[in-house]
Amino acid sequence: MKIRLDNVVKEFETFRAVHGVSLDIESGELVALLGPSGSGKTTILRMVAGLEYADAGAIYFGTENATDIPVRDRGVGFVFQHYALFPHMTVGENIAFGMKVSKVKRSPQAIAERVKELLDLVQLSGLKDRFPGQISGGQRQRVALARALAVDPRVLLLDEPFGALDANVRRDLRRWLRKIHDELGITTLFVTHDQEEALDLADRVVILNKGRIVQEGTPEAVCRNPADAFVMNFLGDANRLDADIRGGKAYVEDIAFDADGIADGGGEILFRPADVTWREDGQGIAAKIVRVIDRPDSRRVLAMTGNGQPVEFDTAPEFPHRKGEAGFLQIRRPRVYAAA
Amino acid sequence: MAHHGKGKPPRVGDNKIFRAVLLTIVLLLVGLMIVAPLVVIGVEAFSKGIVYFGQSIADPDTRHAILLTVITALIAVPINTAFGVAAAWAITKHDFWGKRLLTVIIEIPFSVSPIVAGVSYLFVYGLQGLFGHALQAAEIKILFALPGIVLASMFVTAPFVARELIPLMQAQGRDLEEAATSLGASGWRTFFSVTLPNIKWALLYGVVLCNSRVMGEFGAVSVVSGNIRGQTNTLPLHIELLYHDYNAAGSFAAASILAGLAIVTLIAKVALERQGAGRVQRPSALAGADSITPEVKP
Repeated sequence: MKIRLDNVVKEFETFRAVHGVSLDIESGELVALLGPSGSGKTTILRMVAGLEYADAGAIYFGTENATDIPVRDRGVGFVFQHYALFPHMTVGENIAFGMKVSKVKRSPQAIAERVKELLDLVQLSGLKDRFPGQISGGQRQRVALARALAVDPRVLLLDEPFGALDANVRRDLRRWLRKIHDELGITTLFVTHDQEEALDLADRVVILNKGRIVQEGTPEAVCRNPADAFVMNFLGDANRLDADIRGGKAYVEDIAFDADGIADGGGEILFRPADVTWREDGQGIAAKIVRVIDRPDSRRVLAMTGNGQPVEFDTAPEFPHRKGEAGFLQIRRPRVYAAA
Repeated sequence: MAHHGKGKPPRVGDNKIFRAVLLTIVLLLVGLMIVAPLVVIGVEAFSKGIVYFGQSIADPDTRHAILLTVITALIAVPINTAFGVAAAWAITKHDFWGKRLLTVIIEIPFSVSPIVAGVSYLFVYGLQGLFGHALQAAEIKILFALPGIVLASMFVTAPFVARELIPLMQAQGRDLEEAATSLGASGWRTFFSVTLPNIKWALLYGVVLCNSRVMGEFGAVSVVSGNIRGQTNTLPLHIELLYHDYNAAGSFAAASILAGLAIVTLIAKVALERQGAGRVQRPSALAGADSITPEVKP
């Protein structure tokens, strides 16, 4: 099912709000809504589900205008951040719930069979008679997914699906969700504030800030071509230096970088800590080492440029230099933006 | 905690003398203020023998008072239960203007003396009151009759159920209802198969407390009932009446019935609290909120 959001607006008394978001999600696509807290990503998801109504704009499921269809009839599978499993029902009863209350009548045998099928799908066959409180967080999340899939939803929506889990459980579940999605081919939209999760899982990433889409594209596109300094920062560690832009060049402490097509005036360059080389031969921006931090597979160096701007960069564990030594920073793949 | 070495000074409250003094004070006060009076009721009720006790209970006025009390409870408790559930539901699952004010208003009967409630009912429904003449013209009798007694009892016990439910339902949030609705359940279905099972013990607890208070209510009822022996006397009022008749044994006999009801309530309450504790196995009200229970690997 293709989903289209057309200029959707939602106002709250509090800070959460969505300002005119338009978005197309192709049938069978797995899309991540990525943004910091308060960026409106969960509100968008809840509007697609029908758990919130849009103040303006429209939401289409295929060609049908779903904007005013109540959640009950919208045919979405929603997975909540804290699972929202019914604590007084067993795992099997939780999964069967949607089929039991459905307007489409199913025989008890048909329901039992479907429950078994879904338990196999989420690899929890032995846990049918357990209660949610008796299983682990990762298992609960899989039950929540099975329950959402039981009603054959047109769209699967997940709100921070792995937010409440341990890091390694999270990674396993991520890969597993991708596998399930590839098997079922159901259009899926999920919300996360974790860029690694979004890049790992999604076909396409939609990055939000303050209730607006700032960039959307494949993980490759957003990683290689961040649209602005916010995206660059949000996707990972980044250094930022003030720059002067004059005639298509960005000058940082007398070192010039390409800045084609950016108007003269104030600007900034951003670059990843891995894209810095420490040199002693005078090429690059003059800097002094402030601190060296050891990590299992690398060394993180904190340095200060000639005019007092901090820069962090990663080096091999064998990096021989120490606090107080002076040298030069050679920057690869810098990204130049006009000052915000 | 295991490092409580001998040479070290005790932690706060661990001092033996302190403990002994504290326990003595508490036990003494419990004995004097709670246990002794209850024992006296039992002893005095049977002071003139079991036959007299039986006669006192069998007295038509006493029997009528018991009946009236039960009828009052049968009307007031279900209504207040329905009100409590509705109020808790509205306050915890919906946003509306004046929500905080409503929360405060529901609590008013707790802080107002019941006699004030009784007197205010006089002013509303009494002959000199707001609706007095209209009611008289329509020949509807509220004061000095069952409706007045029920209304006064309901006022006093209005907060009991809501107060038990609101904190629980607030902690549960709306996720479960949203999940049920997104799976296609109707509002009623959601309430009966998702909301209600998760609040049932708290609800019953509130009902039990509400019931015991309705049956024991004296102040508000005494103002509106008119104290007509055999007609509008509830059990607590009847006990007072017997006492003023210098019928101490009869009064204590009636009181023992009320105390008996209280003991039944107490047992029900403890049983319910057990059930509440039992929810650890039949997992907690907050399915999502993590790991109140340890993780179980398959």
